[in-house]
Amino acid sequence: MKRALLAVFIAVLLMLPLATGGVYYTNLASQILIAALFSLSLNLMVGFAGLTSLGHAGYLGLSAYASAWLMTNLGWGHLESAAAALGITAVAAGLFGLIALRAASISFLMITLALGQILWGLAYRWTGVTGGDNGISSLTRPHPFGIDLGNPVNFYYFALVVFLAVWGSIAMWVRSPFGASIRGTRDQPRRMAALGFDVWVIRWITFVVSGVLGGVGGLMYVYYHQFISPHSLSLANSAEMLLMVIAGGAGTLSGPVVGAALVLLLKNVASAYVDRWVMLLGAVFILIVMFLPGGIVAGVARLGGMRRKASVPVPAAAPVNKTDLRPEVAKEAS
Amino acid sequence: MNFWLIQSMNSLAMGGVLFMLAAGFSLIFGLMRVANLSHGAYFMLGAYIGLHMLDLGFGFATAAIAATLGVGLLGGIVERLILRRLGNNTLSQVLATLGIAFVIADGSLWIWGGDPRPVSGPAFLSGGMQLFGLTFPKYRVAVVVFSIAVGLGLWLLLDKTRLGMMIRASVDDRQMAQAVGVPASRLFTVVFCLGTALAGLGGVIAAPILSVYPGLDADMLPLALVVVILGGLGSLAGAFVGSFVIGFIYSFGQVLLPDLAYMILFLPMVIILAARPRGLFGRITA
Amino acid sequence: MSAVVDIAELSKSFGGLQVTRSVNLRVEQGERHLLIGPNGAGKTTLFNLIAGDLPASSGSIHLLGREVTRMPTAARAQLGLARTYQIVTLFGRDTLLHNVKLGLLARSNQRWRQWGSFDADQDLSARALKALDSVGLGDKAQWPVERTSYGEKRRLEIAMALAQDPKVLLLDEPLAGLSAEERETVTQLLRKIDRSITILMIEHDMEVALAFADRITLLHYGQVILGGTRQEVVADPRTREIYLGH
Repeated sequence: MKRALLAVFIAVLLMLPLATGGVYYTNLASQILIAALFSLSLNLMVGFAGLTSLGHAGYLGLSAYASAWLMTNLGWGHLESAAAALGITAVAAGLFGLIALRAASISFLMITLALGQILWGLAYRWTGVTGGDNGISSLTRPHPFGIDLGNPVNFYYFALVVFLAVWGSIAMWVRSPFGASIRGTRDQPRRMAALGFDVWVIRWITFVVSGVLGGVGGLMYVYYHQFISPHSLSLANSAEMLLMVIAGGAGTLSGPVVGAALVLLLKNVASAYVDRWVMLLGAVFILIVMFLPGGIVAGVARLGGMRRKASVPVPAAAPVNKTDLRPEVAKEAS
Repeated sequence: MNFWLIQSMNSLAMGGVLFMLAAGFSLIFGLMRVANLSHGAYFMLGAYIGLHMLDLGFGFATAAIAATLGVGLLGGIVERLILRRLGNNTLSQVLATLGIAFVIADGSLWIWGGDPRPVSGPAFLSGGMQLFGLTFPKYRVAVVVFSIAVGLGLWLLLDKTRLGMMIRASVDDRQMAQAVGVPASRLFTVVFCLGTALAGLGGVIAAPILSVYPGLDADMLPLALVVVILGGLGSLAGAFVGSFVIGFIYSFGQVLLPDLAYMILFLPMVIILAARPRGLFGRITA
Repeated sequence: MSAVVDIAELSKSFGGLQVTRSVNLRVEQGERHLLIGPNGAGKTTLFNLIAGDLPASSGSIHLLGREVTRMPTAARAQLGLARTYQIVTLFGRDTLLHNVKLGLLARSNQRWRQWGSFDADQDLSARALKALDSVGLGDKAQWPVERTSYGEKRRLEIAMALAQDPKVLLLDEPLAGLSAEERETVTQLLRKIDRSITILMIEHDMEVALAFADRITLLHYGQVILGGTRQEVVADPRTREIYLGH
């Protein structure tokens, strides 16, 4: 069932530009894919490691500014500056992880918020490097294999490739033994330590990977907009990413994508019809939290009677082995 | 010398404002373990309601009371209808409180428009007063005095009244408090009302200093968090000390090192948290 | 033969409150050592100190000949220490099989593998199923833990602890809260554990524990009151005074 849905979904994504009317929707689709990169990477911390971060937009900014600066000031090409930007982001994430992982839960939230704000402050004030409020503009899009990404359809497919690569990697990563240990530290960190797992290292690695993938999102962001400003690193943006994850369904693989689509559609489409779309967004979040507490994906799965396995934080009932030992079946049998 | 004294007075006034903001946040977190990310929005709403009342011709005191009560009432409704259902789930709290913040912020934008609005304090507090041979703005001195009074009032409430005793017991050990019959559910509503009302009051009192503008909520929330983290979650004394420390850092920072102003606020917070996750006075390891 | 667990002058204070006072305790290879004492005597605290969940204020702890006093919990687990908990700390939303597999994973280098499927790991699944079978839970391998009974959860904990291939097993009240029938089942399980594993156990069920124990240490107010063979401790008037007859 799951595979069929996935295949349909990917097929839809592939055909999207042909189906939609004009450039506007293709661009919107690109934006959703880019937003999904942020929510998917953030979900690694929030949903899988169980640590809620409010500073994720910092990685967007760090990677975007690094790449932009290298291209503008040192004349580097896209590939080199992208690699360097991701390297810088990785180092920063490593450092931030050292600081943030000393605290648990709420303090972690606040430290990550503070770190994000520090980066924002730097972007805003270090005008010599970042251009301050004006940001860095007139940036170019890459041209992999000579393809012109100025064309929205071309850019969409580029974004799609990156999105599928990241999404697929994350899916494989969380299925792995290491991935199982990440989830273990979320659910019972004390037990994990008693079993012999190094909880801190597991969390730190996840933190760095989450940051680097956020950096990938940052690169895509700056390629799309061809512009970067401090606003992109703001607390509001970090909060928005977090909301995408939670509203869509933390701890699931599709939740963050759904959340990204929800927020961006409301922002871009609803805003054309409804003046007070921010209020609408807020109201939608409140309704989700009251009636679909695990997020949209979990809620829909429950309504549809579908049971999902280890990727979803609801009781696992799908058997691993061939013999069907579901509790309902077992109960009926006894 | 003059510069230092005047800036110090500004710092104290800022500290007073921050205290009213942070005290509410700390109380709510201390008792309910809810990180109320809409707290800045309540502050802003208080300022807007106060402004509205002033526009309608009411006096400052009336406006302040209306703002405090109005925001407190809203807080109570929010707690009863929404927060109560969320239990201890951090993610749900984040989603809910941010959603509420969006609604309040956009609602305020809708009702009062996008222009920043300056607010005048009460007439009898306008102008300057002589202290130590210098002229200080009367209003700012009044804000400091008022915030200390509020602090004392809160301390009396927590230390000397039955309600306060129940709150303190629940902050220290919630299960035990419930076991001896403290009505948790009603207490939560009361404390949330109190916390949000304080934020609203803070907003109105701060309005003549900070004015009112869309985005005030987003500016104030991080400050509240910094204060509360520094001072320690769940500690009123911590919120008091933290507010004035941050007030000083913020005010002097703005003047002396405007480029680094923001970092100056957050670096100490990060350092303190990393070294001592409980904050200066904290009783709760979050 | 050097002791498997060697605790010397171990003390722990929280601020002004001293909860563990100069505890000396030796457990030999293969021994079944029982820790008894009234409620609040500091037995679980001692376990937390041995396991590394609490840092000692002074004194030393040696496990399997190595000094572990400053070692973090996970490192001690890797040395061969396993424990069960009084409160349930299982992975509730996962299956019993998944829980045991995690225990197995911890002791394997596979735990750092970033690819492949944990769920589809046949080797791990087979070994986990075997562990569950040995505690009589094999047929419930696919059940989510939160749907099992309390007794079954305690048995699962023992399965997980044994799956860690431990050399030292700390059992914190393994029989607490179980029905008479379940107590019998678990006791049989414990009896079957090979003597290559050393067991240190806290238990209040005197009948069962006394039959099981080789040596007993009596703890009161965080101090060792007396320690010796089963017969010695049972016969000692201090035991009756403080504890027996409960």
